[in-house]
Amino acid sequence: MKRFAIAGGFVVAVAVLALAPLCLGAYGLGLLIGLAGYVTLATAWALFSGPTGYISLATVAFVGIGAYCVAALSEVLPYPLVLLIAAAIGLAVALIVGLSTLRLSGVYFVIFTFGLAELIRQLVTFYEINVTGTLGRYIFLGITPEQIYWQLLALGVITLLLTWWIGRSRIGLALKVIGDDEVVASHVGIDIARTKLALFAVSAVIMTLVGAIQAPRWTYVEPAIVFNPTVSFLVLIMALLGGAARLWGPLLGAVPLFMLFEWLSANFPNHYSILLGLLFILIVFALPKGVLSFVEDNWMKRRGPRAADRSEARS
Amino acid sequence: MTTWHKRARSALGLSAILLFSVGGVSAIAQERTSVKIGYAVSKTGPNAGGAGITTIPNYVLWAKEVKDAGGLELPDGKRLPVEIIEYDDRSSAEEVVRATERLATQDKVDFIFAPWGTGFNLAVAPLFDRFGYPQLAVSAVTDKAPEFVKRWKKSFWLLGGGHDYTEALAGVLKQAKAAGTINGKIAMISVADGFGIDLVTAARPSFKKAGLEVTYDVTYPAGTTDFTPMINEAAKGGADTFVAFSYPPETFAITQQAQVAKFNPKVMYLGVGTGFPIYGKNNGANAEGIMSLGGIDPKNEANTAYRKRHEEVTGKAPDLWGSVITYASLQMLQEAIKRKGLDREAVSKELSTGTFKAVLGETKLENNQLRTLWFGGQWQNGQFVAIAPVDRPGAAKPILPKPVWQAK
Repeated sequence: MKRFAIAGGFVVAVAVLALAPLCLGAYGLGLLIGLAGYVTLATAWALFSGPTGYISLATVAFVGIGAYCVAALSEVLPYPLVLLIAAAIGLAVALIVGLSTLRLSGVYFVIFTFGLAELIRQLVTFYEINVTGTLGRYIFLGITPEQIYWQLLALGVITLLLTWWIGRSRIGLALKVIGDDEVVASHVGIDIARTKLALFAVSAVIMTLVGAIQAPRWTYVEPAIVFNPTVSFLVLIMALLGGAARLWGPLLGAVPLFMLFEWLSANFPNHYSILLGLLFILIVFALPKGVLSFVEDNWMKRRGPRAADRSEARS
Repeated sequence: MTTWHKRARSALGLSAILLFSVGGVSAIAQERTSVKIGYAVSKTGPNAGGAGITTIPNYVLWAKEVKDAGGLELPDGKRLPVEIIEYDDRSSAEEVVRATERLATQDKVDFIFAPWGTGFNLAVAPLFDRFGYPQLAVSAVTDKAPEFVKRWKKSFWLLGGGHDYTEALAGVLKQAKAAGTINGKIAMISVADGFGIDLVTAARPSFKKAGLEVTYDVTYPAGTTDFTPMINEAAKGGADTFVAFSYPPETFAITQQAQVAKFNPKVMYLGVGTGFPIYGKNNGANAEGIMSLGGIDPKNEANTAYRKRHEEVTGKAPDLWGSVITYASLQMLQEAIKRKGLDREAVSKELSTGTFKAVLGETKLENNQLRTLWFGGQWQNGQFVAIAPVDRPGAAKPILPKPVWQAK
């Protein structure tokens, strides 16, 4: 019964969101595009990094690849095909990178993924200088903001469903074991490398598509614009704020943070960075385990000490 | 299902009616008390350096001058105070797009000033077009302006394209070669980033057409600090003209390292940063003879007065390339509003067809582009004076060869 209610609520929410552009102005739609983009990115990030605990800063590397594919191919190929090719390239890069690096762990993995975005940016720059002789590329596609939004929304829904499905499948269980203890996982007979690689690839393909879908909004791309490392950090912060190990966590982190950024930059354009820094400090102190676990803990306390005890015992 | 449909439709219809009526009422009932002008520009992030020199101080200066004059003048002679709404795009393309949407649809500003940078001006161009705002893009060097004007009728491109700058430089060098001052061999380095690539790609055909020979042509990654190997290589090839399409930090570094290496080409042309007042101040006598993009005509009194006011209001002198164009673009907009009022359509038309008396002198756009620009300048007696295009009246004669470095 409860499951049906949740499923029903989800469908209604998606329907409302899909119809929202019809009664919102351009600015409201712009907000929704930003929200849909970041929610999808954060969920895709958490899809891999949540259960495994591998902190990846490669988000923008894939977003950038997606955007560049659209910039390079949109004049010569039909749009759906461009998206497919972007996804394929994202997948190929993820497989190469994953095969060579997923044996790294801890801080080495973080450093590598951070470097990956820069590496790809320099490769693109190198190619443009030596082969095409221009750095910027133009995207003149007749895609309206509404269409961008609907595509992002669809991708976001697919990502959430995928996360939900993986969380309940054998591979999800395997991932949790890997996240807890890799040695145990390998002794139980889990193929660690393959499991991690599969998830990393899925997450990367989604990120690539987000970049590809959003690119027509910018008209002009150059490496400095699409490989902006801030995006990787924002996605990481959003997912962690919400709770990276849960289905709705990244969404609950991305939505309030995105709205907060928007509110701050609209009302305090000159003090944005200072206020943001202060808020981050506050968040870390007040919600060290993320929004979702904070809500759950307080909920437990209200329901009585026994429930709280149970939750303590569980965790 | 059908009832839901009906309800949804009536709700949509109702909200549309509400929106419409609110809009209609406010338009009739409100007597204008101010003019709203907004802009989103990079106050933080990697683009803040450029925006903080060429763009923001001029917006601030203009707003103060209009305020001091008692407001923005309209065709009926009435003056309305200007309300400025500013946003920081944090050097992110997505952010500048959303901030522009906010200005147009939430703040409902009357006019929007352009952001800083080629990429950002292009990112917002479709929005300016869709919402019907004229876009006076200054800090955007692009050879594609004629195409953009066709695509976005209310866009104006005021700083020329890479090709213009390299043609102007080739003009200076051709003259010098004909006079026997230089041997026509060029060593050229460029930064592997937007500006450097555009310029070097345009320079190759320009030099070839002018009968000049490029003996050394390499790119370096942005952020390079050691130029000694490149300077040594450049010196070896027999070229006596050295060209660097560089960004500010590199421009300053090359100037210093060329002195250390005692590298004295007859022509030294450096990139962005050469036109900063601080460049002349820091390098003193050693700035003499160095060429770059931009330049000013020291005999233009309006410009001299502008530079003085800029320094008084913002506390620093404007750069000697884009700043004055930014300011001129605002003067043109102000004048167009004075002639046509707040009707954006009419103002855009006036901008593309009218003639304006701005700080640059009499200014008229050709096909929505400013074509009478100084594309090359040289430090002469402590001033960065315009020397190219060589055939434009008012161009100073280049001092060649460049004086040798003086020991400090």
